[in-house]
Amino acid sequence: MNKPELLATAASLEEAAALLDAGADALLIGDDRFGMRLAGHFSLEDTLAAVQLAHGRGCKVYVSLGGLMTNRLLDELPAYVKAIGELGVDGAEFGDPAVLAAVKSEAPELKLFWNAEMTSTNYATANYWGRKGASRVVLARELNMDEITEMVPHLEMEAQVQVHGMTNIYHSKRKLVASYMAHQGRQVEGSLGKERGLFLIEAERKEEKFPIYEDVNGTHIMSSDDICIMEDLHILMAAGVHSFKVEGLLKPAAYNVAAVKAYRKAIDAYAADPEGYAFDEEWLEEVRALQDPERELSFGFFYKEQVY
Amino acid sequence: METRTMPKYKGKRYRLDKPELLAPAGNLEKLKFAVHYGADAVYIGGQKYGLRSGADNFSFEEMREGVEFAKKYGAKVFVATNIYAHNEDLAGIEEYLRNLYEAGIAAVIVADPVIVDTARRAVPGLEVHLSTQQSTINWQAVSFWKEEGLPRVVLGRETSLEEIAEIKQHVDIEIETFIHGAMCSSYSGRCVLSNHFTDRDSNRGGCCQSCRWKYDLFEDARWVSEEEQGGAVQPLQPGVTQLPLHQPEDNQFTMGSKDLCMLESIPDLIEAGIDSFKIEGRMKSIHYVATVVNAYRKAIDAYMADPEGYVLKPEWLEELQKAANRPLNTGFFYDTPDHEDHIYEPEEKAAPYDFAGLVLEYDAGTGMALIQQRNHFKPGQEVEFFGPDNTVFKQTVGELWDEEGNSLDAARHPLQRVRMKVDHPVAYFDMMRKRK
Repeated sequence: MNKPELLATAASLEEAAALLDAGADALLIGDDRFGMRLAGHFSLEDTLAAVQLAHGRGCKVYVSLGGLMTNRLLDELPAYVKAIGELGVDGAEFGDPAVLAAVKSEAPELKLFWNAEMTSTNYATANYWGRKGASRVVLARELNMDEITEMVPHLEMEAQVQVHGMTNIYHSKRKLVASYMAHQGRQVEGSLGKERGLFLIEAERKEEKFPIYEDVNGTHIMSSDDICIMEDLHILMAAGVHSFKVEGLLKPAAYNVAAVKAYRKAIDAYAADPEGYAFDEEWLEEVRALQDPERELSFGFFYKEQVY
Repeated sequence: METRTMPKYKGKRYRLDKPELLAPAGNLEKLKFAVHYGADAVYIGGQKYGLRSGADNFSFEEMREGVEFAKKYGAKVFVATNIYAHNEDLAGIEEYLRNLYEAGIAAVIVADPVIVDTARRAVPGLEVHLSTQQSTINWQAVSFWKEEGLPRVVLGRETSLEEIAEIKQHVDIEIETFIHGAMCSSYSGRCVLSNHFTDRDSNRGGCCQSCRWKYDLFEDARWVSEEEQGGAVQPLQPGVTQLPLHQPEDNQFTMGSKDLCMLESIPDLIEAGIDSFKIEGRMKSIHYVATVVNAYRKAIDAYMADPEGYVLKPEWLEELQKAANRPLNTGFFYDTPDHEDHIYEPEEKAAPYDFAGLVLEYDAGTGMALIQQRNHFKPGQEVEFFGPDNTVFKQTVGELWDEEGNSLDAARHPLQRVRMKVDHPVAYFDMMRKRK
């Protein structure tokens, strides 16, 4: 079998180095203007440093171009795409078809990964974007295990699945926290961004805390639990999923390093001996020790049936 | 909202001389009202692949009847097939689209590229309009869909008039935008609150409108010490883990938006080059659809007849208010919505007026109307008549008779046929409403 890739998001160059040390095969980084919900912002200079760091160890760097682009941003997009192409970035995520034209003209060698977040939900649509140039689909986190495993054989491209961390559940262009503060007639003190630690609680779900933050792309609300599918990672490996993502958004670097180390162990153990593989609860000890006690480590939607 | 009479943004309409007024039709009866009250086209849901699993939704037989009815008015019928499909939804798309085409449907409104692609390949005669669920907000993306063979894109609600005019300058394609009704406050398609709160898939029609629920906003009062605690989460002060950003007397946090209303901006919309003006509300009542369509029809026709001499008539706005069930705003057309554009206060859901009766017949000689009861009304009550051909008047209900000529003390029975004298001429399809 081909050994699946372990992909992690990095908030800074220091974290990038630590994640590579911990066993990540690839890093996802980006520029806040074009990427969305990035763990941190990477300038072109830092992007180059990350590429050198990763390539020096035989690892890869992907850049997120996953934002919903405005007309105005289209003026800046080609130059940025050209620049990351020249820096040797290995691939770029996209959701907006506007990115296709920019990559085609400015960096045709750049690999394209289709990531429309919650709307990447079937293999036929993934293959459609494959025909437009994508070589990987990043599957929606709202799919269940059966949908994922039955999808892989139908894909004419690689599949990436998020195996750990939080997910975005709502994105608005509106500044909803600032609007609420203004409605109350209160001054906004300090930032309303990622570092502020804001969260929402709904009356009937007092135990669940939904992180919320604002940035240039509007307002983002995140899941109240963190996916952790390591116990059943072998099912995804057996199904032939090509890339496993550890989402590090809104997490301390030490936590992300622990998560990457844990998945590294599982992937290596399975690759060495698929038949004899057994999940070892000890792999998760450090993750559990660092897990925010107010956030559940869950199977996300992997074993849920949704109705409509 | 202020009246804007000098359109600032110039776009170009390439294919249509006059913008299309596109109305929702939750069922066959609503379709007939929407068309009769002036919609150039209506959009409906079929039994599959639509985002309103709670609506009545049309059978193919009802679609054929709807198409026949609309045809008499020169109006078109579109079907929303705007889910994001999962693997299990893929089988049957082609057959479904073929059946729509055979039923006389003019276009499908599609979000998922697999449905776009299937329609283009298998049913080339069926037009494909890209749904707002794709959140298309820039000209390059619009251009992509044009090259895919789509004659029309429904833009994301986040697009401003300035951006719309730019899109029209760059791409020769029909642009449709929502102009009235309820709005997702998120980028459409980019919200799975429903999935997380209730296991209902919002992108397949299960949305439970969690954005309109109320929430409390807090700030985390804990920190992470990398050195001392090895990265574990610690309270800043013992026992204090969170700080509220609200006081007990405050309204709670919500994402819920006011409803869109662009009636005061018709000249701007027309001059920006928007081809189709879409009204939201497949779940809304007949009274709502008829009232809203009627108001926009009048404004569009008045502007097209005489752009220079156009004046917004206050009564059009008053009419809209009679059907409105939320406060109104202009969405993203002029500015990004702020604190005045969300509904923090408790909502008064109900529209101020009820649909009380439908005019079936009118006898000019006697001034008597035959009215189909749609809600309770009785002698002495003040009612209003309105209709697409400028029927607008108030009167007090006089004596009521049933069809056998028996005097009635009230019209109590649903769909009962009641005769009453009307103060001015009315026509079939005119509506009678009463204040609640």
